[in-house]
Amino acid sequence: MAEQSGNPTAPGARRDMHEIRWHGRGGQGAVTAAKILAEAAFHGGFKGVASSPSFGSERRGAPVTASTRLSSEPIRLHAQVTEPDIVVVLDETLLAVGNATAGLKPGGTLLVNTARPPSAVPAPAGARVVTADVSAAATEAGLIVAGSPMVNTAILGAFAAATGLVDLDHLRAAIEGSFSPAAAEKNFRAAQIAHAATRG
Amino acid sequence: MSISILTGNDAAAHAARLARVQVVAAYPITPQSPVVEMLSKWSDQGDLQAELVRVESEHSALTVCIAAATVGARVFTATSANGLAYMNEQIWWAAGARLPVVMCCVNRALAAPWNVLNDQQDSMSVRDAGWVQLYCRDNQEVLDTTLQAWRIAEELGLPVMVCYDGFLLSHTVMPVDVPEASAVDAFLPRHEPIPVIDLARPRNVGPVTFADPRANADGVICHGYMELRALHQEALTRALQVIPRVERSFAALFGRSRGALTWGHLLDDAEVVLVAAGSIGVELTVAAEALRAEGVKAGVLGIRAYRPFPAEALRQALQGRRLALVFDKAMSYGHEGPICSDVRSALFGAPGAPPVFGAVAGLGGRDAAARELAEVARRALADLDRGVRQRPAEWVNLQLEERA
Repeated sequence: MAEQSGNPTAPGARRDMHEIRWHGRGGQGAVTAAKILAEAAFHGGFKGVASSPSFGSERRGAPVTASTRLSSEPIRLHAQVTEPDIVVVLDETLLAVGNATAGLKPGGTLLVNTARPPSAVPAPAGARVVTADVSAAATEAGLIVAGSPMVNTAILGAFAAATGLVDLDHLRAAIEGSFSPAAAEKNFRAAQIAHAATRG
Repeated sequence: MSISILTGNDAAAHAARLARVQVVAAYPITPQSPVVEMLSKWSDQGDLQAELVRVESEHSALTVCIAAATVGARVFTATSANGLAYMNEQIWWAAGARLPVVMCCVNRALAAPWNVLNDQQDSMSVRDAGWVQLYCRDNQEVLDTTLQAWRIAEELGLPVMVCYDGFLLSHTVMPVDVPEASAVDAFLPRHEPIPVIDLARPRNVGPVTFADPRANADGVICHGYMELRALHQEALTRALQVIPRVERSFAALFGRSRGALTWGHLLDDAEVVLVAAGSIGVELTVAAEALRAEGVKAGVLGIRAYRPFPAEALRQALQGRRLALVFDKAMSYGHEGPICSDVRSALFGAPGAPPVFGAVAGLGGRDAAARELAEVARRALADLDRGVRQRPAEWVNLQLEERA
């Protein structure tokens, strides 16, 4: 016989859910960032967390996206995030070519890795723009791979500052769970620097 | 309790590690590859005491598992789509030889056209081969179902295919409770090898079997092909009892129960029942709640065991409803979706059986969001209100008119 699951009076899945879409280029680590954020948010008390890459094949340098959902209840949506509350852009050239802000909810947050101030970032009307020079933070922490700064953990520091959905302690725990101790220290340092450099 | 944030592939690999598999043979294919990469890493680190056999194809991967299971090893493999298709001959061998092989099928669309994304055409295409097929809703279920698979396989002498949606589960992280090895040991005792090869008692394994029973070299009458097939069918029928029993035993030890042959959501008073297998069932729970918010009494019936098919459970669960709307992520081309056909056949002639409408969704990774699934249900109800009782399946989110 079928067994009943869930609470019959459970509210719609959208209550208290934060939908995040990540935009980066293959090799920047957007998928890893999304996974570490899910872990940090779970440590921080969100019962429902899910992160997934854009489905399909990835190529170094090509635009890639990833999705994260955070909620006080288990996540029951598997479809890709199309109407994000928060858009995170790891490579600012994607603002022009990557259609990064498509579907961003009115009043939603656009977080961009750029040296520019929020006022200089083109954004849909009503969007809250937050910027941080995440590449500089990663460079300062010594996170250079194949000549490029690895921005995927630094951006999480900026994400914490921009949204308040996770804090640095939860990020530290999630980063320590994902890297060797020496690498974790550098990666967390990058997140701290980006956290302090976040504007908007 | 130890919650980790894992992909479905991570969860499957943890299950194989915790089951203390002895032989793993697999060939990489997207989206299955990370399962075997992880097992390979653990083997290298000494965390998995299994023989990892590198092979040149999926056909050989399953052949290695068949050989190892024949001499009594606990075996594991995983594949997807064209890899599963390439195994086809050995899929039938593992089942007919009654070997307790456990395989994860990370569901992916079959080529051509080439596509690495999710649907369930691959596993549905081998539904008739005599394996137990279990479909998972989320990553916790991937881990739990894979562990249960060995219990079912070893009790019945049947291979078990654990099916989970590629990318939607295989590459999506979510919280998963990973049990302690000692707890799993209590649930799944060490596999006792069957001494097939014994020099003191020479045997012929896998001889040609004739149509009728006949005497072997010792004069003992042995089954013919048809008797062996009848026993195979009987074992699969018995699985309808064994799967729920194993699930109850798992629930008693681990404190979580996710349904046995089927699962339900808001079913008790549901007039419209949305039926599906795999992760789309979870998306349908959100659609059902949206319909309820408009006053439509909708519920979800998830198929966990697809083979054996839980026909009696479905007759009971669907009796007296207004409509069963079945979502298939596969087709029997030239006819209709496989689950839809099976539900219709289970309900045929049953008292109080509702009309069954079909919908085909998510082929080759086409998104099917909860709000769109609710729309499909609204259209089906509008047809029902107009007196329609039979109609062709709706292809969800089809965009034929988009082509220039």
